Amino acid sequence: MAYDYTPFEYIPPPGLKAAEPRHPVVIVGAGPIGLAMALELANHGQRSVVLDDNNVVSVGSRAICWSKRSLEIFDRLGIADPAVAKGVTWHVGRTFYRDKEVFNFDLLPESGHKMPAFINLQQYYVEEFMVAACQENDLIDLRFKNRVVHTHSMPGGVIVDVETPDGEYALECDYLLACDGARSPIRAMLGLDFAGETFEERFLIADIEMTAEFPSERRFWFEPVFHNGQSALLHKQPDNIYRIDLQLGWDADPEKERRPEAVIPRIEKVVGHSDFRLDWVSVYTFQCRRLDGFVHDRVIFVGDSAHVVSPFGARGGNGGLQDVDNLGWKLAAALSGAAGPALLESYDRERTFGADENIQNSSRATRFMTPAEGIERLFRDQTLELAAAAPFARSMVNSGRLSTPCVYPSKGPDDPRLPPISRPGAVAPDAPQGNGWLLDELGRDIRVMALNCRYPGAFEPEMNDEIRARYLSDVRQAVYVIRPDQVIAARFIDPAPGAVDAALRGVLEGAI
Amino acid sequence: MSLITTPNLNDADGTFADLLAAHRDLSLEESHALNARIVLVLANHIGDRDALKEAFALARLDASQG
Repeated sequence: MAYDYTPFEYIPPPGLKAAEPRHPVVIVGAGPIGLAMALELANHGQRSVVLDDNNVVSVGSRAICWSKRSLEIFDRLGIADPAVAKGVTWHVGRTFYRDKEVFNFDLLPESGHKMPAFINLQQYYVEEFMVAACQENDLIDLRFKNRVVHTHSMPGGVIVDVETPDGEYALECDYLLACDGARSPIRAMLGLDFAGETFEERFLIADIEMTAEFPSERRFWFEPVFHNGQSALLHKQPDNIYRIDLQLGWDADPEKERRPEAVIPRIEKVVGHSDFRLDWVSVYTFQCRRLDGFVHDRVIFVGDSAHVVSPFGARGGNGGLQDVDNLGWKLAAALSGAAGPALLESYDRERTFGADENIQNSSRATRFMTPAEGIERLFRDQTLELAAAAPFARSMVNSGRLSTPCVYPSKGPDDPRLPPISRPGAVAPDAPQGNGWLLDELGRDIRVMALNCRYPGAFEPEMNDEIRARYLSDVRQAVYVIRPDQVIAARFIDPAPGAVDAALRGVLEGAI
Repeated sequence: MSLITTPNLNDADGTFADLLAAHRDLSLEESHALNARIVLVLANHIGDRDALKEAFALARLDASQG
């Protein structure tokens, strides 16, 4: 069934009639990152205005693979339930080289986590759920068909000129969040350099609706006979929609390749029949680029406006949501006066690190899929030749790695006797708690967590095998300091007097 | 020592990237020579003739595909 792209209502904004009072936060872009940003700020009690030049959700599946960490963030934003209910998952991935399956793998989920390892769900559903959540939230003022045409900096804030169907108006804000995507108009208005690598390769992306039985698997073909030796990828999505990515080569003519008469015969060869409906087609090239810095005085870049990656490895949408996770509580603390500018600078430091890791992973996968002629292709092809014979070579076959949150370099106090999985800089691993879950218990404030011991004001989780394995290992007791984004800030077996208080201060100073 | 054929690298993707980086800007002939030198260096590091013979047989594929 084709998705119903019902437009959202445009309501003439109050600023057209009279100057609006200054807003703490204006968010540009109502894609998944801008909407998540508004919901996250609202979670921290902060108001925002969200401006979008359009009035429908994104057309086509676009970002489809949402990682476990993204689902945990969705849960805090109140949209995990519909997303997980609607999403589909796969466990079996099959990798083909030429006319043979060289190996398959079964991603068995680890138990003791509320959220699955990932789901596949079209971006338009994620946006639909987020728009509904924003519209129910009194702290969020969502304005469609409001296009930012100019920005002017002023002391301690930004003025934006906004174009609507009824004319222009101006808005003043303390902070402007550019969540306006890979082609960010705000980035262009500020004249910022966007440096990195463009891969000389074109891919065709197609969503098809296919009611025929087809296994819920991910399939990746290297040099398949049905596609002139170029890579192909097939993924299942909800509503019997399948996503197909086909390498076209740099010489391909994008206008010609996106026509149905060119696309349909290619897809027939992938799925082996013609019983499908073409839902959406796009042709894209890869880029791996990022801004030098994400914080430019009172303008902050979040998501694709700050960094773009090639799509393999699902690090665009997931990487952007980790930006939101990192920035939300910091901006809320800056707005409320609980923290100074150093905390916002730590967003820049941590998320440029995260972006570099995502860019590195995406670049490696892209290079493996589209090797340069010569030695790169030789090593790629021979890795695939060995993969059928030797398990080690299968681990080197790279058709995209599942997105996991980066571990920030941290100066937070640590004790190496505690398990590496929960070291400072890592996201706190989830674990069962009675009928609920640890991440729900941690909530959205800075928390001190005392395991098998007492600490004034600390949260004391119920002990079980998962908690012990993930937070204690063989050690009897520990005290953890956990940031509002659920990143571990510091941990001690037996904290010295004042050590926990120093760590709590360090969190608000952006030091750990 | 018998040949390890299960994953044994702590960072397989990073090692693959390092290998390609080692070849950067070389002609095919120079890459071919580099590969030969890498094999000799690694063979010495492994230091076990039986394990190396197993490796050569595995890499020939014809002898190892069951």
